[in-house]
Amino acid sequence: MLMIFGKPLPLLFGQLLLGIINGSFYAMLSMGLAIIFGLLRIINFAHGALFMVGAFVTWGLLTYLSLDFWWALFLAPVIVGAFGLLLERTLIRRIYKLDILYGLLLTFGLALILQGGFTNYFGSSGVSYNAPDALSGVVNLGFMYLPVYRGFVIFAAILVCGATWFLIEKTRLGALLRAATANPGLVQSFGVNVPRLIALTFAFGVGLAGLAGVLAAPLYSVNPNMGSDLINTVFAVVVIGGMGSIGGAILSGFALGIIEGFTDVFYPPGSAVVVFVVMAIVLLARPAGLFGKLA
Amino acid sequence: MKITRRSVLGTAAAAAAAGALPSQPARAANKKLTIGVCSDFSGPYSDIGGETSVACVRQALQDFGAANKGYDITVIQGDHQNKPDVGAGLARQWFDNGVDLLIDVPNSAVALAIAGVAAEKNKTYINSNAGTTLLTGAKCNAQTIHWTYDTYMLAHSTGGAMVAAGGKKWFFITANYAFGQLLRDQTSAVVKAAGGTVVGDVDYPFPQTTDFSSYLVQAQSAGANVLGLANAGKDTVNSIKQAHQFGITQSGMTIAGLLIFLNDIHGIGLETAQGLVLTESFYWNLNERTRAFTKRVLPKTPANYPSMGHAGCYSGTMHFLKAVDKIGVDAAASGAAVVTQMKSMPTDDDAFGHCSIREDGRFMCPSFLFRVKKPGQSSIPWDYYDLVHTTPADQTFQPMATEGCPLVKA
Repeated sequence: MLMIFGKPLPLLFGQLLLGIINGSFYAMLSMGLAIIFGLLRIINFAHGALFMVGAFVTWGLLTYLSLDFWWALFLAPVIVGAFGLLLERTLIRRIYKLDILYGLLLTFGLALILQGGFTNYFGSSGVSYNAPDALSGVVNLGFMYLPVYRGFVIFAAILVCGATWFLIEKTRLGALLRAATANPGLVQSFGVNVPRLIALTFAFGVGLAGLAGVLAAPLYSVNPNMGSDLINTVFAVVVIGGMGSIGGAILSGFALGIIEGFTDVFYPPGSAVVVFVVMAIVLLARPAGLFGKLA
Repeated sequence: MKITRRSVLGTAAAAAAAGALPSQPARAANKKLTIGVCSDFSGPYSDIGGETSVACVRQALQDFGAANKGYDITVIQGDHQNKPDVGAGLARQWFDNGVDLLIDVPNSAVALAIAGVAAEKNKTYINSNAGTTLLTGAKCNAQTIHWTYDTYMLAHSTGGAMVAAGGKKWFFITANYAFGQLLRDQTSAVVKAAGGTVVGDVDYPFPQTTDFSSYLVQAQSAGANVLGLANAGKDTVNSIKQAHQFGITQSGMTIAGLLIFLNDIHGIGLETAQGLVLTESFYWNLNERTRAFTKRVLPKTPANYPSMGHAGCYSGTMHFLKAVDKIGVDAAASGAAVVTQMKSMPTDDDAFGHCSIREDGRFMCPSFLFRVKKPGQSSIPWDYYDLVHTTPADQTFQPMATEGCPLVKA
């Protein structure tokens, strides 16, 4: 068998694929963060908690309303997005004019409340959710067994990331959003309702977290801490990609998933640290991140 | 005086404080005790410890008849956040402020830190929910009793059963800290002694890991036929769920979950968990007495059934109270005196039946090998296990001679 650095080649192929799957989640979550930060200048620490809420909504739709995964794929992001809209209208809009740290504290507090509330009702072990029948089963790829559902996650993530990037960077709506961030007064004078635009942007970013939560529900145990486990890594991804850069967030999300996957083979105890090592190196070489521009 | 909200609150607070002071001629004011439940109340082990442990301690007070016997017992709780320094600091503070018994403490790293504090302050410490055998081995002391289970029991019961059933090539997925490493080493020893081999091992970062797919694929490519999970809590739940997704069991590998609690099975769901083999020293639906105990305690913890760690908190508190009743509340200020008394008498309660405590502080109970039921076989809530095998108490735990506990005279 062909070996590279003492590891069989099929194993490394397997890790590459697994890295891309984990990268899918990093990409989807960090993209939402990048959109919110880029347009609202809010560091949304509640993003992980909203991801968790998305997973619980998915579970709740099945358990209480008998609506399956495909319904959840559409409904859960809408529900989480609506919840985000509510948060924006009642709380977050009040701190736009304040220092950026206030947003961080507010959203961090919201994250703790959500996490604590769900722990209180569901316990820390959480609940379980199975992949839909159409996506269960395993494909033998020769070098590894790939669960069909994980393949679907890659496909969905690439689709979502691509569509979002296109929406923000290439459409008139996206142009309007970017303009509203750069100079809200000017855009408003053209008759655009900027506060509504910003609120909807927040809801959209949060809805993306909800969607990632739906996709994660069948993979991990649906538990109140699932977001906080992930959020630190996701923030590192955003920093590496460049705060506010959507393309940067997507690319570095996938890249870091892959780097982490290989660390799992060569030195497993290091897999939790490797993302932060990369972050430190990137910050030393390019303080604004790989794709960021210094303000 | 104008009545404001503040003055009302202030008066209420003063009244509450007065109630707590021993100024009134309270009935037998000298029979006051404080029990501190130190556990994980928010993290990965909060379902196997946490609030349900507190409920079980309260149940013990009730079943002991503390109020009728003239005791005034306060139960307090604290979250160690799975950090040894936080746990040790909390223990120090509690013991300095008159806590007579510290109980529960899941997480071996925290458990060992607190054992040191208990010895230094000479206070009673009953560990129910940590696994490390060091508590009754090299790190044993005269103030500590290790209840419920340990890594030796798990390695021999679950590990031994798997090897006996033909699982000879093991791959370990290990939580990289005190508990995981010890459990892996002890299980490896059992596997090798029975003629098996260990074909691979990954030490994953604890507690931040949620994705185990990479390790599962490595296990498959190593050609193992048993996947040994040297972890606990939600890590075990996640590893088993993901092993299921990757078709680990379809590819001919058996999963050996070395530490699985009833609450974990509840989180995994019977559909995925069916057929798993595991070891606990208590199961609520084991016999008439365990069912009676569970029926009494459930109203205090309706969403979470007691598993063995919780039952250990009940049983340990019960026995502590009996010992204190013998030697008197004043003498109970010395942890060594209480523990000596506890070791000198047999235990008896609904959760574990008739048992005893060994010289090294090891609670000697039988262990039970269970198999998880199929979804159709479970008729009532939380009815998840079939009993496969019972190991008697004297064979469940490591012989004292080989443990290296300084308390035990050669």
